[in-house]
Amino acid sequence: MEKKIRNLIDIRDLSTKEIDDLIEVANDIINHKEKYSHKCDGKILATLFFEPSTRTRLSFESAMLRLGGKVLGFSEASSSSTAKGETLADTVCVVSGYADIIAMRHPKEGAPMVAASKSMVPIINAGDGGHNHPTQTLTDLLTIKREKKSFNNLTIGLCGDLKFGRTIHSLIAAMSRYDNIKFVLISPDELKLPDYIINEVLEKNNISYVETDNMMEYMNELDILYMTRVQKERFFNEEDYLRLKDYYILDKNKLINAKKDLCIMHPLPRVNEISPEVDNDERAKYFEQAYNGVYIRMALILKLLEVK
Amino acid sequence: MNIDTIKDGYVIDHITSGNAIKIYRMLSLDKLDCQVALITNAKSKKTGTKDIIKIGSLIDINLDKIAFINPLATVNIVQNEKIIEKKKLDMPECLVNVCKCNNPRCITSTERNLDQIFNLVDKDNKIYRCYYCESTLEKDKFIY
Repeated sequence: MEKKIRNLIDIRDLSTKEIDDLIEVANDIINHKEKYSHKCDGKILATLFFEPSTRTRLSFESAMLRLGGKVLGFSEASSSSTAKGETLADTVCVVSGYADIIAMRHPKEGAPMVAASKSMVPIINAGDGGHNHPTQTLTDLLTIKREKKSFNNLTIGLCGDLKFGRTIHSLIAAMSRYDNIKFVLISPDELKLPDYIINEVLEKNNISYVETDNMMEYMNELDILYMTRVQKERFFNEEDYLRLKDYYILDKNKLINAKKDLCIMHPLPRVNEISPEVDNDERAKYFEQAYNGVYIRMALILKLLEVK
Repeated sequence: MNIDTIKDGYVIDHITSGNAIKIYRMLSLDKLDCQVALITNAKSKKTGTKDIIKIGSLIDINLDKIAFINPLATVNIVQNEKIIEKKKLDMPECLVNVCKCNNPRCITSTERNLDQIFNLVDKDNKIYRCYYCESTLEKDKFIY
């Protein structure tokens, strides 16, 4: 019987048990790096980035290199055959013969579904437009688990671009599976969370949530404050972007009434939404979050390649 | 008004008034070389008025397209002037190449040779979602 290839397209592809297992492995990697340094000897990761990215691409490459494997790929569509008019399906079909696993970022939503249908090796969605970004969510979950010790009983503030913010959509889908979660959705009217996520994730699972455009309204209740960047590349109209880009700026003053153990997160890169003066606050965890990205991706690569 | 009976073909009945033209376009009935009758605002005991389409040939028709536009319609198959089968429709679980995704960010807007696929996610509210980008199919805006 042909072996079924396991992909990660959407965070919902993983059960909560599988997520717990990945986090356990990631924590073990953090504590025993040497033990994992040859787990992927002889394996190749292809990074197909049709859209520029620094953090995600480098963290995937770092993850594979730290496992002893090798990497190949491209970092923008113009340096791939896409510029010559090749379809995504053909590109993936060819590359899957060159590598053991593929991490792909693409500006078009749903592109990983096309890739997975053509690939002979596991596909990891490293972001598809404003749709999903499951490895960022795994990074976020590892950070939450390390900081809060549990996924239950948390009030989570999500602030900024909730409409196009793919990390937000994936994080909501993931956290909605745990007990006693409350979301505070902080955004301007134009960047509110899409109705389908409210209806099919929050309402359907009886998850408590409030919507506000005032960043300070629920600040003292939050266990986690997840800031996001307003992404220029998601706007068709520059005027709208300029009007909304600095709508929320987190600074020291805004944190005066926040909990002492608040965990401030951001998927990075940031522009102006978190003032650099917050970086020294012990509640700022976004750089730890970025470091965690490498270890959870190492755990994911091991899982999808079925390396013990 | 008299419309002739048909010898071999289809009678699509119980179409909600106003929907016949949509079905006509979606099935590309204007491209057929047989007779096609499109009757609007016919009298109906159940609903007051209804639309009917008669097609004078047993062509291949995509019932999913009809069911998507008008799940309450019935399709009668006629052979030798007799109805040999009445097909009741139901909302299809999956629509393949029936409509295009309206989301300009969807992979279907650029990738060639890709089927347009929508899955029924909420039957009560008649909500279909793109298999690729998960955008809701807005019935009034779909392109066919």
